[in-house]
Amino acid sequence: MDLSPYLLSALIWLPIVGGGLLLALGDGGDVHSARAGMMRVTAFWLTMLTFALSVVLYMAFDNAAASMQFVERISWVAALDAYYYLGVDGISAPLILLTTFITPLIVISAWDTIKVRPAQYFAAFLFLEGLMIGVFCALDGLLFYAFWEAMLVPMFLIIGIWGGEHRVYATLKFFLYTFLGSVMMLVAFIYLYGETGSFDLFGFMNAPLTLTTQKMIFIAFLLAFAVKVPMWPVHTWLPDAHVEAPTGGSVILAAIMLKMGGYGFLRLSLPIVPDGSDYFSGMMIALSLIAIVYIGFVALMQTDMKKLIAYASIAHMGFATLGIFLVWRISAGMGAGLGMTGAMVQMVSHGLISGAMFLCVGVLYDRMHSRNIADYGGVANTMPIFAAFMVLFSMANAGLPGTSGFVGEFMVILASFKASFWYAFLAASTLILGAAYTLWMVKRVIYGEVANDNVASLEDLNIREFIVLGVLAVAVLLLGLWPAPLVDMMNASIEQLIQQIGQSKL
Amino acid sequence: MQAYYLTIVLAPLAAAIITGLFGKWIGRAGAHWLTNLAVGLSCVLSIAVFKHLFFDGGTAENINIYTWAVTDGLRMEVGFLVDRLTALMMVVVTFVSLMVHIYTIGYMHDDSGYQRFFSYISLFTFSMLMLVMANNFLQLFFGWEAVGLVSYLLIGFWFKRESAIFANLKAFLVNRVGDFGFILGIAGIVMISGSLDYATVFASAESIAAQNIEVIPGSPWNAMTVICILLFIGAMGKSAQAPLHVWLPDSMEGPTPISALIHAATMVTAGIFMVARMSPLFEFSTTALAVVIVIGAITAFFMGLIGIVQNDIKRIIAYSTLSQLGYMTVALGASAYSAAMFHLMTHAFFKALLFLAAGSVIIALHHEQDIRKMGGLRKYMPITYWTALVGSLALIGFPGSSGFFSKDLLIEAIRESHWHSEPWVYWIAYPSVLLGVFVTALYTFRLFFLVFHGEERMDAETRSHLHESPWVVTVPLILLAIPSAVIGWFTVNDVLFDNYFGDSIVVRSSHDVLAYMGESFHGSLALVSHSVQTPVFWLTAAGAFTAWFLYLKRPDIPAAIKDKFSGLYTLLDRKYFMDDLYIKGFAAGGRAVGSFLWQKGDQLLIDGMLVNGTANTIGRLAGIMRQLQTGYIYTYAFTMIVGLTMLLSWLIWFR
Amino acid sequence: MIGLQHYLTISAMLFVLSIAGIVINRRNLIFMLMCIELMLLAVNFNFIAFSRYLGDDTGQVFVFFILTVAAAEAAIGLAILVVLFRNRRSINVQELNTLKG
Repeated sequence: MDLSPYLLSALIWLPIVGGGLLLALGDGGDVHSARAGMMRVTAFWLTMLTFALSVVLYMAFDNAAASMQFVERISWVAALDAYYYLGVDGISAPLILLTTFITPLIVISAWDTIKVRPAQYFAAFLFLEGLMIGVFCALDGLLFYAFWEAMLVPMFLIIGIWGGEHRVYATLKFFLYTFLGSVMMLVAFIYLYGETGSFDLFGFMNAPLTLTTQKMIFIAFLLAFAVKVPMWPVHTWLPDAHVEAPTGGSVILAAIMLKMGGYGFLRLSLPIVPDGSDYFSGMMIALSLIAIVYIGFVALMQTDMKKLIAYASIAHMGFATLGIFLVWRISAGMGAGLGMTGAMVQMVSHGLISGAMFLCVGVLYDRMHSRNIADYGGVANTMPIFAAFMVLFSMANAGLPGTSGFVGEFMVILASFKASFWYAFLAASTLILGAAYTLWMVKRVIYGEVANDNVASLEDLNIREFIVLGVLAVAVLLLGLWPAPLVDMMNASIEQLIQQIGQSKL
Repeated sequence: MQAYYLTIVLAPLAAAIITGLFGKWIGRAGAHWLTNLAVGLSCVLSIAVFKHLFFDGGTAENINIYTWAVTDGLRMEVGFLVDRLTALMMVVVTFVSLMVHIYTIGYMHDDSGYQRFFSYISLFTFSMLMLVMANNFLQLFFGWEAVGLVSYLLIGFWFKRESAIFANLKAFLVNRVGDFGFILGIAGIVMISGSLDYATVFASAESIAAQNIEVIPGSPWNAMTVICILLFIGAMGKSAQAPLHVWLPDSMEGPTPISALIHAATMVTAGIFMVARMSPLFEFSTTALAVVIVIGAITAFFMGLIGIVQNDIKRIIAYSTLSQLGYMTVALGASAYSAAMFHLMTHAFFKALLFLAAGSVIIALHHEQDIRKMGGLRKYMPITYWTALVGSLALIGFPGSSGFFSKDLLIEAIRESHWHSEPWVYWIAYPSVLLGVFVTALYTFRLFFLVFHGEERMDAETRSHLHESPWVVTVPLILLAIPSAVIGWFTVNDVLFDNYFGDSIVVRSSHDVLAYMGESFHGSLALVSHSVQTPVFWLTAAGAFTAWFLYLKRPDIPAAIKDKFSGLYTLLDRKYFMDDLYIKGFAAGGRAVGSFLWQKGDQLLIDGMLVNGTANTIGRLAGIMRQLQTGYIYTYAFTMIVGLTMLLSWLIWFR
Repeated sequence: MIGLQHYLTISAMLFVLSIAGIVINRRNLIFMLMCIELMLLAVNFNFIAFSRYLGDDTGQVFVFFILTVAAAEAAIGLAILVVLFRNRRSINVQELNTLKG
């Protein structure tokens, strides 16, 4: 019996049902109880099982096929002609793998650092994992929207309950910002439903739309996705959310939630409103370049490590949006595909690197309860192994060749040169700015004499932290030295996407 | 040969990984044995490859090892191009690296980061080999950045020192400015020629040169000029050409072995190597060559001048390195690529030798680097003394030494370049390199005399402990002194005039000064015997004599000159205020821009006015609205009645 | 002859008086309850007048309903008032502004 049509459902519902199980299991009210221990082990194996399923997905994935794979289509809301319609292609599959790869690491990293309501904490992450996979799989507008919005709830709780001092401000900002955007997306979906009579995304893609309509729909989508990416100037929720979120929350936010925006552009904006995207591409490129340069400067001056990494994330995601929208500025020949592949690789790589950076800050925070750069100095003296990891990830963050951070940036810079010298010029400025803000932080935190007694009493990584960072380090280096497996997965789908959007709907 | 290439590259990498990750288990001895053997193996195999290509008449090989990624029709490979240019670099890199590995055993003997250091320098060897053996731009860039990374790690090796971690950040960032140009250059190449592969790109050089890029809208510039200048900006960063030279003197904060290996012999010459490798491209752009020659000339002369006033033994040699790199760059600009490569090779030997000798002096004096506290070391450290003398003579180009052949012919090539350079370019380049010779001799022998001759200015405590360094230090000195002294004699004809580089360096016949010079070249002996007739020789002699007169005979004069020309002295002492420009100008400016954008842009405009502004406006509006809610029943009742009345009147009269 | 308009005039006067009582009175909550009763009486007056005028008895049936409801309402109102007085020691309308925004 061929189980492949149920694989995606399994990926989505296993963590969600598992999350329910954790809630039912509870932690016995005591972090150290046997019950809490059992709960943690269950959470870990659930995420590992999900990861194993995604490996099965990877194994069975056909790189050569551009169309949707593992398709599953069941009538859902018959009255609205909405379907439970799932499928993956080369654009969503890598992001699903990223999700299932990161979540177990979060579970390990939170093993004994979460002292309050651990069962609910782990359950929230499992729910979140399932919902995020759902977003990447959904091929029906209503289903997509349902997953998209549902995702906010666990994230809202993670920041709001386990967050830092100003968590209420941060959660509200996060929620209102993203909700404002996604409601606009719902409006666009409803309009498209009116046009096509169903919520099928492929129906949306084939619907003929006038330029004015396309512009309106593009803006509606833009609000939803630009907030998620986040693009300048709707980025200010991110630093606050990151700073207040617990480590695991920051990791999942940076590693996967931000990718929703880029994914949305690729899956919805471009194919549904190609001419609208074309019309606004100049603005999108300008916003991306502003994100890269402006945010690079802003990141330089941050005094809070998490804020610095958050700003760095915005700058790096600028590469993703730049790569996506360059396609309209490259008339012929090589470049469009390169930019888009670069954008995808950048998203995956940024997931690993920013996740690792936040975990590094988390390691320090667990020990010193400070995110302030000024409170550190000379950490390398007391935590040499940690320092090695931190320098490695910082270099990756600065886009050093041989780490995954380089691959996407390189491809996008190449492609942007084709479009315009100045695009490439501004994009490449990240080489200097990225190195400046990251390594300046490294200098102040890692290097130097031991700054104070707190640093002097730091203990190096424990085995649990070592495993988490080690796994990420291997992934970062592997993707940097041999990105071919990742790139091969996307090539066919991206080629097809470019071909599809090349045909005007007018 | 593929197995050879892979072993050459991977042996140091494996050693670096094992030493780096398991340093604690294999111990100090394990670390130095492992890395030394690995690099030794690389060195032996590199020599074998060199022999295969040069003596056995083997052909150049261009092989791909694995596909990094393929997308959008662009194949990104990792592979090796091993021709005679590469082979020369491989031998130089692995040989100097091996010497430094051996030397390090002695130099870093007491350091707690022993294994870490060996891991880094082996990693450096790997990265540098990846750079020189690359057959495509991607791998070139990988090696380029990887050596930058290791340089960063090694300059900051003693990470407790504030000066060291300042210097490594500075080095990395200044290099990144260069890489910024470099990656744009690569992007230009790939987007015009559609390939990253050297062979394909070089083959399409002509078509690249036929295209234009509109950097400033409306004024098309030749694509090749733009690309070559961008690539050269990369070379300026890595090879520390003015104005991106500021990182190299500061990089002396690192341990001396790496100053010899990375910041003198190998990494900093990567830019020279790169331009030579790209000669098929540079040859198509006279403008780019003019830029190269002018930048090189400025560096060669003005950086040498700074060397005269420095007092830190390593910094003097560092400025000397800058100046010599300038010489190589000038030669590149004059299309005398072979002369640049030849000087690169001899310079690698004698400059590594000088640095290691300086290191030997530094350990003898317990990490004292100020030459004003040295002097008269000759009788305490004979081996160091003699090897340093060999190095100094080679550096100033004493007839017969390796430096003589490379530098003399390099200057000769510049002199002859007038028939293809613009006159103004020529009249910047030639006087600079010629006067530079005097400056070189002056600072070299100032250093030499102040360290090894004259009165002993160190304190008595230090003097009582003075002794020659252990054999692990002196053996590399001797092994480097030999090629520094003689290698020029044997190789000058082959490298410069006998088409050693073959196809790997392309020179247009209208630019080919070396071929022209070759017609009047009659062997090493003739060159040496004719040297007294050249201005170069007399300028060198004058420089050395001045150094002797000023610093040994009449040590009071330099102080007088310093007082008399205090303006000039300050200018040189402050390095033309370049550091101030970068630190107070660009770095502080960048931070100011950052603060402004953050506080005014993000916090005030976006968060303050738009995000929280919206919230505040709604709040304020609600504040006004709620005034209506008095809380008194009679107000509500009255409002209800008024509303009811209005509703009724509307029903009666308007329906 | 006393016609419909006389009844309606009295009813309107009663109604306006009760409104004035509610709005102007700021001291005593019992006054307010009485005014509400008065308002209902004004309405009842109208019902009866129209019932007589139209010869339809339904209006008078409604009056009984309204009287019943008014009685119940007065009872509840007074009960609330007692509780209020117990809590606040005052039935002054001007002090009852907890609903102020």
